[in-house]
Amino acid sequence: MAEPNVRARKAGADGEGHPSGDDRFELIDKALKRARFSQDQLIEILHVAQDVFGYLSPDLLVYIGRALKLPPSRVYGVATFYHLFTFEEPGDHSCTICTGTACFVKGADDIVLALSREHSVAAGQTTADGRFTLTTARCLGSCGLAPVAVIDGEVRGHLDAEAAVAAVAANLAASANGDDGAATEPEPERIAEPAGVAGEGN
Amino acid sequence: MGITGQVTAMSYRYDVPGVDDIDVYEQHDGYEGLRAALTMEPTDIIQLVKDSGLRGRGGAGFPTGLKWSFVAQDTGKPVYIVCNADEGEPGTFKDRPLMEYDPHQLIEGMIVGGLALNSVQGYIYLRGEFAFAGRQLAKAIRQAYERGYLGADVMGSGKRFDLTLHRAAGAYICGEETALLDSLEGRRGQPRLRPPFPATHGLYGCPTTVNNVESIAAVPFLVRHGADWFRQWGTEKSPGPKLIGVSGNVVNPGNYEVALGTPIREIVDIAGGMAEGHELKFWCPGGSSTPLLPAAAIDTPYTFEDIAEQGSMLGTGAVMIYSDQVCVVDTVLRFTEFYEHESCGKCTPCREGGYWLSQILRRIETGSGREEDLTLLEDICGNILGRSFCALGDGMTSPITASLKHFHDEYVEHLRQGRCPFGTTAPRRDIPMLAVGSRDVGNAQVPTFEPAGQA
Repeated sequence: MAEPNVRARKAGADGEGHPSGDDRFELIDKALKRARFSQDQLIEILHVAQDVFGYLSPDLLVYIGRALKLPPSRVYGVATFYHLFTFEEPGDHSCTICTGTACFVKGADDIVLALSREHSVAAGQTTADGRFTLTTARCLGSCGLAPVAVIDGEVRGHLDAEAAVAAVAANLAASANGDDGAATEPEPERIAEPAGVAGEGN
Repeated sequence: MGITGQVTAMSYRYDVPGVDDIDVYEQHDGYEGLRAALTMEPTDIIQLVKDSGLRGRGGAGFPTGLKWSFVAQDTGKPVYIVCNADEGEPGTFKDRPLMEYDPHQLIEGMIVGGLALNSVQGYIYLRGEFAFAGRQLAKAIRQAYERGYLGADVMGSGKRFDLTLHRAAGAYICGEETALLDSLEGRRGQPRLRPPFPATHGLYGCPTTVNNVESIAAVPFLVRHGADWFRQWGTEKSPGPKLIGVSGNVVNPGNYEVALGTPIREIVDIAGGMAEGHELKFWCPGGSSTPLLPAAAIDTPYTFEDIAEQGSMLGTGAVMIYSDQVCVVDTVLRFTEFYEHESCGKCTPCREGGYWLSQILRRIETGSGREEDLTLLEDICGNILGRSFCALGDGMTSPITASLKHFHDEYVEHLRQGRCPFGTTAPRRDIPMLAVGSRDVGNAQVPTFEPAGQA
């Protein structure tokens, strides 16, 4: 299955349209059906919802909770427990710097500091213009490449402060010049097909 | 004692181009282990794994064969086999390359494990951050279904085995087996009270075994080559090859395969030796929750029993090497911040203790430490160790108690100088030391970052 391209599908592919007026919900409905509305598939559905919408809004959580017949407390509790789920709209571009011990030894802090200063944004925040989100991760499991950062979904190793700032600037410039194809819509780094669902019970 | 040093056993297909594809995998003895396993009785497979002495590669080193023999077969409920691929221990990267380069090896292991345990449903619980490994595994599972290795009729034997890939959503605690099972059921990943153990009451209350990726991937090799093949490496108590990830101040950090029993000194040499201008100061044998060891222990053979004798654990095989230019307090603070952040919040010692430990360490590192802080650290650690719900709390205390034991002088030096002797001024959450002044960006007040001393 091709990865659902987030906003491109908004117009609706089949012309029917979702009753909510936002056809992105059709993708969630599809995932719900594939999961046979099973409550233990909640995390997978949340993954799909975040892939489609970019973040989990309160509306989305309520929608998923109703579909799975789960109380909002349970949906909210699960969604907030896991670090990969985000509740604020991310910036157009992102940079996640690993601050695990191997990267720390190789100077990851300098990279965080340089990017913070360059864009006047603290780690974990998005710039006021919504163009860039800077985050840190505890360990990306690529310690052999330290220091590592994920810039717009692409893992870059052996970075230093200058290289990281330059790479982010290049991506920002590329989309500012109207070349907003790949840069502004980074392919979400997700598994395309939840393989297991296909294998269950048929 | 068997062969030691760098070996190529479980990783021998890594360099084969395109081995993630089922055709290439089949040309390189792929699914031969499964073919052999189908001719064996389930109990014989478990006995073989027992004979090989394979110990769990996920950290605790519990014998895999023994664990499998505990799985209740007479309850009338289905049996589940779950692969713990939530490789999240800081410094660990041994399972990810296996799943990325040779995903069929793991799938084959899961099917053989399923045959051994009379299980018809397996799960791979994959760490959510591993996007590429996830795509590789999803593709490999799809191919295995197409070729009839998975599904209602495994290789025409009439036996059924289905495999489900579950992508996790980022929580270190889900590496703990009962938390993992809760997470698989679509809940928050918080550990369960034991007993009952997963071997009798696991996933959906059914008998379940949870094994590490590397343990499961080793099983097809055992079936193909026998227990003696496995025992040619390592020691009596710790046989076999081991995938390790070497990181830190070495020339060539990376993923290696060594025989257990190889001294750490040799492992450092395999990774190209210490980086230029760096001298070994301390090392972690297997990830951040294994107590760090000083340079003096460098000749310890890399086995479960020898590392334990030194007061640490083999853990996940993440050998982290730190040089004399690294501040031990700062490193331990990093570990502690990680555990504070990852504590699931279920039990008080871990949730509150982690907060206070990192506050105190941060105070020492930034130069405001007090003399009594060192005994306070030990006191808090003593109140967490053995009193938390799961091993996360214990893991939190080990870097602190080990560093206080081996590097007490460095802590004292921090207190005496009123600053970090290594001069690290890292930006960290909770400390306002970098925010001086602010500037207007639109309507929002965004702090400007000026490191202290550079303004």
